[in-house]
Amino acid sequence: MFLVPDIVVRFFHRMASPPHYYALTQRLMPWLVTVFVLLTLAGLYGGLYLAPADYQQGDSYRIIYIHVPAAWMSLFIYMVMAIAGAIGLIWRIKLAEIVSISSAPIGASFTFIALFTGSLWGKPMWGTWWVWDARLTSELILLFLYLGVIGLYGAIDDKKIASKAVAILALVGVVNIPIIHYSVEWWNTLHQGPTVTKMDKPSIHVSMLIPLLLMALSFKSYYLIALMQRSRIELLKRERNSQWVKTMILEADK
Amino acid sequence: MKPARKQRLILISLMVIGVAIATGFALKSFNENLMYFFSTTDVVAGKAPKGSLFRLGGMVIKGSVERPGDGMMVRFKLTDFSKEVTVEYTGILPDLFREGQGIVAHGKLNAQGVFIAEEVLAKHDENYMPPEVKASLKTKSLSEKGQ
Repeated sequence: MFLVPDIVVRFFHRMASPPHYYALTQRLMPWLVTVFVLLTLAGLYGGLYLAPADYQQGDSYRIIYIHVPAAWMSLFIYMVMAIAGAIGLIWRIKLAEIVSISSAPIGASFTFIALFTGSLWGKPMWGTWWVWDARLTSELILLFLYLGVIGLYGAIDDKKIASKAVAILALVGVVNIPIIHYSVEWWNTLHQGPTVTKMDKPSIHVSMLIPLLLMALSFKSYYLIALMQRSRIELLKRERNSQWVKTMILEADK
Repeated sequence: MKPARKQRLILISLMVIGVAIATGFALKSFNENLMYFFSTTDVVAGKAPKGSLFRLGGMVIKGSVERPGDGMMVRFKLTDFSKEVTVEYTGILPDLFREGQGIVAHGKLNAQGVFIAEEVLAKHDENYMPPEVKASLKTKSLSEKGQ
């Protein structure tokens, strides 16, 4: 065994138990929704009202408060999906498989939002809706990877086999993630270089940066909420014949 | 770790590493084609295709933008801080087009080595700041120059 503290091992064993996960997520949900609403209100107020206009783009730059967090989430969710898929493959943990497949539609939505808002901004600023530069193309491939994962999972009836196939597809696609991130540095692209996610100091004024980080946290909490809802449904579907689901439904009927 | 799990972990790691290496080689061999535009140095050195369309990127030199006719034609010079190329364009310029700003133009070279653009896109940089900060940065750099 690796040198993992006993308490961590016990935590993962408990989390991997479906009835415990189902009950825990139910208790966490109201707190997460509160955090999400507060973060979103603060982020939007800061971004749309408090933050000053940009010296070149005026108010048009404010689309970064949606575009950039959505783009970050599209990469982050893909990594969660692939790592959960790998855990499911190696340790055969049902919940990891469920987290992996439940992430796919959320990640696809964020990818679509990032592409769509970028296009809306690109028309007035660059002068075009779309160009085939390395950043835009690799992000579009990410959307197709998500859609491929969703399609493959739906196409196989046996969900145990489907989870394995999907995990392998997701893991192969991981190679695209560093390509997306570094595309603006490795090649000449029309898309600008990184503003925040670089080793250097962020090249954005602090009054504009704080709302951006708040929106990023708000999107993260939204992902957690959506992931929990989706995984709970998927869990019930897969475990519909197990004893704990039957007991729970019988108790709810009373 | 149980041997079966260890084996699966090794297999999956090998798969991911293999795909990464294969993609690395593929990207390396297509490196030139993944460049969205040629720099002005490339064009002056004759690396850009002659007689066919390509993209040219660079910074608009301050004070070089002129409108020779009374039509929509604009003429300006692009630089990558080592070589310069003259560009001619007829049409509407994007919002962010201004002197000192990076742009990408799509078009071809004529016989005189002037780049005739069919489309001009503004390339935004990664800096975001309020106008007052920009103004104070400007005065600071001016006063430093004066000393």
